[in-house]
Amino acid sequence: MPLVKGRKITDDLYPHVADGAELPAEGNVLVSAAHFLENPEALFARQGKVGVIWPNNRDVDDLVPYLERLAVVALVFPTFRDGRAYSQARLLRERYLYRGELRATGQVLRDQFVFMLRAGFDAFEVTKESDAEAFAQTVQRYSVFYQPTGDGRITALHRRMQLRHSESAGL
Amino acid sequence: MTSPLEQKKIRIVGPSVVTANRTWDGAVIYRTAGQDWSADLADAAIVRTNDDARALLAESAADDLGAVGAYIAPVEITDGGKIEPGNLREQIRRSGVTIGLPVQV
Amino acid sequence: MYAYDEIDRTLVNERVAEFRDQVRRRLSGELTEDEFKMLRLQNGVYLQLHAYMFRVAIPYGTLSSKQLRRLAHVARRYDRGYGHFTTRQNIQFNWIKLAELPDALADLAEVGIHSMQTSGNNTRNVTSDQWAGVAPGEVEDPRIWSEILRQYTTLHPEFSFLPRKFKFAITASAHDRAAIKIHDIGLRLHKNDQGETGFEVQVGGGLGRTPFIGKTIKPFVHGRDLLSYVEAIMRVYNQYGRRDNIYKARIKILVHELGVEKFAQEVEEEWQQTRDGALKLDEEVVEDIRSRFFYPAYEKLPHMPDELRKAAQDPKFEAWRTNSVFPHKAQGYAIVTVSLKPVGGPPGDATADQMDALADLADRYSFGEIRVGHEQNLALPHVARRDLPELWKALDKLGLATPNVNLISDIIACPGLDYCSLANARSIPIAQELTRRFANHETANLIGRLHINISGCINACGHHHVGHIGILGVEKNGEEVYQITIGGRADEQAELGTLIGPAVKFDEVADVIEDVVEAYLALRSRPDELFVDTVKRLGVEPFRERVYATR
Repeated sequence: MPLVKGRKITDDLYPHVADGAELPAEGNVLVSAAHFLENPEALFARQGKVGVIWPNNRDVDDLVPYLERLAVVALVFPTFRDGRAYSQARLLRERYLYRGELRATGQVLRDQFVFMLRAGFDAFEVTKESDAEAFAQTVQRYSVFYQPTGDGRITALHRRMQLRHSESAGL
Repeated sequence: MTSPLEQKKIRIVGPSVVTANRTWDGAVIYRTAGQDWSADLADAAIVRTNDDARALLAESAADDLGAVGAYIAPVEITDGGKIEPGNLREQIRRSGVTIGLPVQV
Repeated sequence: MYAYDEIDRTLVNERVAEFRDQVRRRLSGELTEDEFKMLRLQNGVYLQLHAYMFRVAIPYGTLSSKQLRRLAHVARRYDRGYGHFTTRQNIQFNWIKLAELPDALADLAEVGIHSMQTSGNNTRNVTSDQWAGVAPGEVEDPRIWSEILRQYTTLHPEFSFLPRKFKFAITASAHDRAAIKIHDIGLRLHKNDQGETGFEVQVGGGLGRTPFIGKTIKPFVHGRDLLSYVEAIMRVYNQYGRRDNIYKARIKILVHELGVEKFAQEVEEEWQQTRDGALKLDEEVVEDIRSRFFYPAYEKLPHMPDELRKAAQDPKFEAWRTNSVFPHKAQGYAIVTVSLKPVGGPPGDATADQMDALADLADRYSFGEIRVGHEQNLALPHVARRDLPELWKALDKLGLATPNVNLISDIIACPGLDYCSLANARSIPIAQELTRRFANHETANLIGRLHINISGCINACGHHHVGHIGILGVEKNGEEVYQITIGGRADEQAELGTLIGPAVKFDEVADVIEDVVEAYLALRSRPDELFVDTVKRLGVEPFRERVYATR
């Protein structure tokens, strides 16, 4: 499953370690929430960065104390129709100011890329190779956005205000 | 006419066919014995056991490109061997609405 | 109506381009139906019995004549020459081909019409009062806020994959013509003691398998806080609404299972975090939206012009005027309801020819504007009273002047088993027969205001739960049978109807309704006691006795 980051297919630097499997001696790891919460300090003490896969039916509150030290938070779309991770993503980015990699996993398809980017995801375990290859082109589909999110894009309402002001300023 | 969209178990009560809608235009179609679709009920493959129904449905549903929403529908076979829709819903699907259309086409 | 600017048009066009790409990938096999279905639903495309059905949005029920003509064009070019107006102020085309949909959408986009989110598990058309902006006594035009909400909810990245569909309605009048109490979020616009605009927020209304009347969770949300408060509600729902069972996934179930106090508290806690953020609405922004709404320059006209005085001699005109013409906030003007319920016709349908002709009449007599009501009739919102006689003649020729508005033959019905793949029974033939039984206008007027609502299945798109008389089609042993309820209401006194007895067969429904009406005429305390009030006063027992005595 290709990983897209920075709008292109890239290497995944965070091998997923299954529950119960042995952790590599050093190097980055991506572990489940259950595994992480058993002993977060032990994981942080290792050589290598830590990423967590957080389930979509659990509040992100329990993760908040660790956000500054986490390199990756992976959220889950069990099917593309289950949109709980969008709320989780926005809360992590906009309320808790999480700055690490925010990764979309599960059924990650082309037609949700724009929504995911706007919600704050910056890495994508894309389900289909062809969708991963089309990423850069797909995210240019829309230039108008009605609502504010943490992506900093100006909304239509405010763009109109800008236009109005620049008109009246004779620009 | 309980919507067959709510069908969970396959349990036929008599001769049945597999029907669906054609993907590109939504037209009503029936699965033939030749692994194809026809808009004519007369061409439909008839199944008479639950196993055969299941198999035909599975085979039909594999054609995700040609057809949408395949399900099993009852039919009646007349004395002359003609296939007729087996309930009101299937009659309506084959013949169209039971009311006059606002515009005559 | 709201004037789309370059920004709005760009979004609609980008959407059309995206859907064209999605259809192409579906027809090439690149997308499976499982991957495509939710995408097509989010563009209003259903699979029905005979064909695809295409649901086009008419935001808060307001159309320009240009837009109505384009709907007629779509009906002719891509469909079978007619369209159906729905209980959510949208229009449906029943015979559309998937392969031609992108072109139909492109044609519609040219006049600012779209089908975004008219289906799917996202936020749907924000509906409102079809008399918005012209009703006497209205607090202020609710469409301003409907448009603000429409923009906010369109392609919202966080809320496009909710547990289930989500419907808003807004009213700004004492009499609620928007049925806000049966919506997921119902907003009652009013002013506080300081004269500031705000909303009573009701949540968790809805019909279907588990009908609920909406509950107030906050009596006053200031206008500037509307979006941040709505975002709080939606975020709570998106995270905690049930996803394990589609029959328990609406917000009404979440409100019911948490209890309204706990639910309100969850929303309040979330809202405290968002209320001062980017969603706070500046007065300037609201004014900008308001400035894009067109309001006619009304002339100073007399209340009783000569044309009207003369025409009053014609009993046919008078029958129509007293039935279909309503007071307007501007003197000398009127709101005209255009009945789409001809005797023997399918309720809510209009042919392409009728749409074109009505667009011309709107240009001539209503400043180019038409409205769509949730009772499946249309309206011309700005008619000068002196033009009523000429307008009536034209409407009558078109079959759009049946004087049955709000009467027993003004039936609301879903498409039912004739069209819909979810249905268990037909609804349109029941409606048609009832209009024939009660075709006599004297009789209908004698009976008075009586709303019949017919649904062909428990999904209740005909709103049968809140009909004065509600008819629900079900299936029993391969036969269509119908449950009859009485005493429901959809307005500010919203209430669910009560079953009067065992279900009756297709051929008996009209007889039963006649018996119900006869019972009412015998039982009412005065000629002007409405059916629904007689039921409230006496309960269903007297009706049940009379109707089922011989059955």
